[in-house]
Amino acid sequence: MKFLRPFFLVAFASTALAADPIKVGEYASLTGKEASFGQSSHKGLVLAFEEINAAGGVLGQPFELLTEDNQTKPGESATAAKKLIARDKVIALLGEVSSGRSLEAAPIAQANKIPMIAPAATNPKVTQTGSYIFRVCFIDPFQGTVMAKFAKDDLHAKRVAILSSVSNAYSVGLAKYFRETFVASGGEVVAEKNFSEGDKDFRAQLTAVKAENAEAVFVPSYYTEAALIVRQARDLGITVPFFGGDGWEAPQLLEIGGAALDGCYYSTHFSPQNQAPVVQEFVKKFKARWNDETPDAFGALGYDSAYVLADAIKRAGTTEGPKLRAALAATRNFAGVTGITTIDANRDASKPAAILAIKDGKLSFYKTVAP
Amino acid sequence: MIPKPHLALLAALLAAFGVSYFSDHIDPYYLDVLTGIGINVILAVSLNLVNGYTGQFSLGHAGFMSVGAYLAAAVSLFLGPKLLGEDGGTAVQQGFLFFGALIVGGLSAAFAGLLVGVPSLRLKGDYLALVTLGFGEIIRVTFQNIEVLGGALGMNGIPPYTTIFWVLAFVAITVFVVTCLVNSTYGRGFLATRDDEVASEAVGLNTTRYKIVAFVVGAFFAGIAGGLYGHFKMTITPTGFDFTKSIEIVVMVILGGMGNTVGVILAAVLLTLLPEVLRPVAQYRMVIYSFLLIVLMLARPQGLFNFRWSLARKPKPSLP
Amino acid sequence: MVNFFSLVTEFLQQLLNGLSLGAIYALIALGYTMVYGVLRFINFAHSDVFMVGAFIGYYFGKIVPVGTLWGGLLVLAGAMLGCALLGMLIERLVYRSLRPAPTLNVLITAIGVSLLLEYSGQLVFGAAPRTFPAIFPSANFHLGELTISSNQLFVIGVSIILMVFLQFVVFRTKIGTAMRAVSLNPKAAQLVGVNIDIVISFTFALGSALAGAGGILYALNYPSIDPLMGVMPGLKAFVAAILGGIGNIPGAALGGLLLGTVETFVGGSQWSTYKDAIAFAVLIVILLFRPAGLLGKFTVEKV
Repeated sequence: MKFLRPFFLVAFASTALAADPIKVGEYASLTGKEASFGQSSHKGLVLAFEEINAAGGVLGQPFELLTEDNQTKPGESATAAKKLIARDKVIALLGEVSSGRSLEAAPIAQANKIPMIAPAATNPKVTQTGSYIFRVCFIDPFQGTVMAKFAKDDLHAKRVAILSSVSNAYSVGLAKYFRETFVASGGEVVAEKNFSEGDKDFRAQLTAVKAENAEAVFVPSYYTEAALIVRQARDLGITVPFFGGDGWEAPQLLEIGGAALDGCYYSTHFSPQNQAPVVQEFVKKFKARWNDETPDAFGALGYDSAYVLADAIKRAGTTEGPKLRAALAATRNFAGVTGITTIDANRDASKPAAILAIKDGKLSFYKTVAP
Repeated sequence: MIPKPHLALLAALLAAFGVSYFSDHIDPYYLDVLTGIGINVILAVSLNLVNGYTGQFSLGHAGFMSVGAYLAAAVSLFLGPKLLGEDGGTAVQQGFLFFGALIVGGLSAAFAGLLVGVPSLRLKGDYLALVTLGFGEIIRVTFQNIEVLGGALGMNGIPPYTTIFWVLAFVAITVFVVTCLVNSTYGRGFLATRDDEVASEAVGLNTTRYKIVAFVVGAFFAGIAGGLYGHFKMTITPTGFDFTKSIEIVVMVILGGMGNTVGVILAAVLLTLLPEVLRPVAQYRMVIYSFLLIVLMLARPQGLFNFRWSLARKPKPSLP
Repeated sequence: MVNFFSLVTEFLQQLLNGLSLGAIYALIALGYTMVYGVLRFINFAHSDVFMVGAFIGYYFGKIVPVGTLWGGLLVLAGAMLGCALLGMLIERLVYRSLRPAPTLNVLITAIGVSLLLEYSGQLVFGAAPRTFPAIFPSANFHLGELTISSNQLFVIGVSIILMVFLQFVVFRTKIGTAMRAVSLNPKAAQLVGVNIDIVISFTFALGSALAGAGGILYALNYPSIDPLMGVMPGLKAFVAAILGGIGNIPGAALGGLLLGTVETFVGGSQWSTYKDAIAFAVLIVILLFRPAGLLGKFTVEKV
């Protein structure tokens, strides 16, 4: 049982001798139900900051990463953000993977004029909170469109069922965007069922879905429920493909889902099998740093968010709130491991999506979809 | 002559005003902790009226808090722009709006308290506890399904109207109301209902009415606390007001000694500070909490801070 | 195309799903009802004994060959034994000294034990869900359009066996008679020589063993286990026990099956988001209109 110390005062700050460290705050779900997400993005962030500091830091100063664990609990992210901003006086906030938890901290960052970069929160509402909130990933309207097109063009499905979580901001949003695009392009949503986070039994909903004879089923939820849903679906004799969004991205997905997941797909931000040199470099460095662990989308996005922040500080020439904010908003064509990041007028990033397929219990890269 | 409790209330309100005047000089982190303490004190004292003084074991207090939080936030977010205009209005106008929002929240919660209290009247002990728990969960699921109030996402971007003045002022008001209520002649009825319901009925006390009043008043202040909470955290979600939150408040009441207002206040302060102090070992916090609870019930069931300061009698001795 | 035949099939499938879920609720409910019958309090920690059973099965399942019948049965027996011991331990350490205390104190303590088990579980096992191994060979049977998984059949089968066994113990053995005596009148039972301590310990052991079995069966069907997995099923099983009449063993079984079925049908309908609220709504309705439950007797509160 790993005992994670909430405070990761990174030791390399000392290498810059007398220079004051630049304090950056991170809040993530390092423990709790969605620990997989938080730990992934955390590892990406730490790797990035270590590299940046080894290269001399930014503006001659090293970074100091202060991490708070929100334990995947609602309400904790707000407290963590307040503490990092008010007590630790961080100049920027990095977090989170979950849209719901990002929405907790965003108003606090906004009120205090501290820029916040969410590595992987995809619900549009996050950046709508205010001018200081940014993200380096695509948003759900895009992801929903990608999967709607995928269902129509690749799965050749005209009749699709949707199974979404009613207690999860991400799931509700993604389902909505998928439905809008899919219906607009001539498809039919034959059934739409809901469940709650933490539910284990989906047979009731799946039986109803089965009766409607859908050609494919969209499950825009997190991996914990998605894996169980697909398993139970196979048990009930539903053989059509299931597909989902980036919430499926976690090693436990395959662990829990097992053979049931064969023939399923999901969209995400990054694929370690992408042969582009910058991606393979990153995969190598990540594995070397973190015990031969292959990075997933959240590790990659965490890594990129750190670099985007550093780049903005360099361009702004200062860590002062309003100037840093302006520099972040002006980020154009930043080349990262998850693709080219350009921050648009809504402070969102327009990034390509990678669709992964699951075959024989392994993930394989299916295709990239550009915005 | 102004009676002593009223003088005390006036003094407390002045103190609240004073503290908030100097609030700019206090570290915002400590101010935040103090706000959190204040909100928990209101919750604990209001629950104490129901659990401690009237003997109705309610496990759904967080449900009333959520009603208050949601409705107060709805007033601020939906009526606010209409009443204050585009620029947000002056501080005084905002203050009036906030007060109005809180009262709306409190009254709605009080209404919910009425809805919960009336059916629960004929139940006792564990059955009552479970029904209140059930109501709390039903309230949560209901809010989760109301789209206009944010649904599962909850509401965010609630204007941060909660200042230390409001919190301390309402702490003072809550303590004042509860204490005066219980120490009045009318208020003896609560204690009588708790101690022996059958005997109370026999001497002509309308225990039903007392129970309902306890629920409604308790719920009102829980709603106020909820409104304060929403405008403090700026975000509220249905899951933040679940069974776990109710338990946290119950622990404060038990730790303080059921029916002991001062003790309950101290317990609320302690149990709000404890997680902050234990922040480095946050994952042990709940383990320590629950262990504390067990040890407390085994060793000192009258509560840690019960030194017989209140006029409440000791719990009835049980059968041999 | 929705035709009559497919409607019937869907109905039957949901019925099967509901019975399978209900059987698990029934197993947990039996534990609640037995303890309430003998001690007159709700053992909140029962749902967490259920969770511990699943985790015992998880660790035990790692050393036993996967997918064999005897291996699975061994895991089941091991979990039941482990939970029985845990139940007896909790009773001995915590509840025994509280026997003279007012019920409310015991209730609060039970909540404390429940929370302690949950959060210690999070500490020890980590809060992230784990995959439960497939300890029994699994297969799916098809009856026309109906699909029945062997795990579901297993759940229903084991539940029936355990409930029959329980009935046998309670009505045909000496200790069972002692249990019934204590639940009717503890003091009179003591007067005729029943050893209350042993009876209570036995009741806890039996109830906890059933909870452990419930945990394994639940994890078989829903192979993602985490330390908080017992909260919802526990609450629902408790409602089931009240629905059937608290203190009444066949009542708990009936309540469990009914609740599981109703919940499944709601889950498959357009109001699926209110699935969780159903259990609580049932609780409130029952407590308001028929507090004795479906099969219970109306007990008069002695003045």
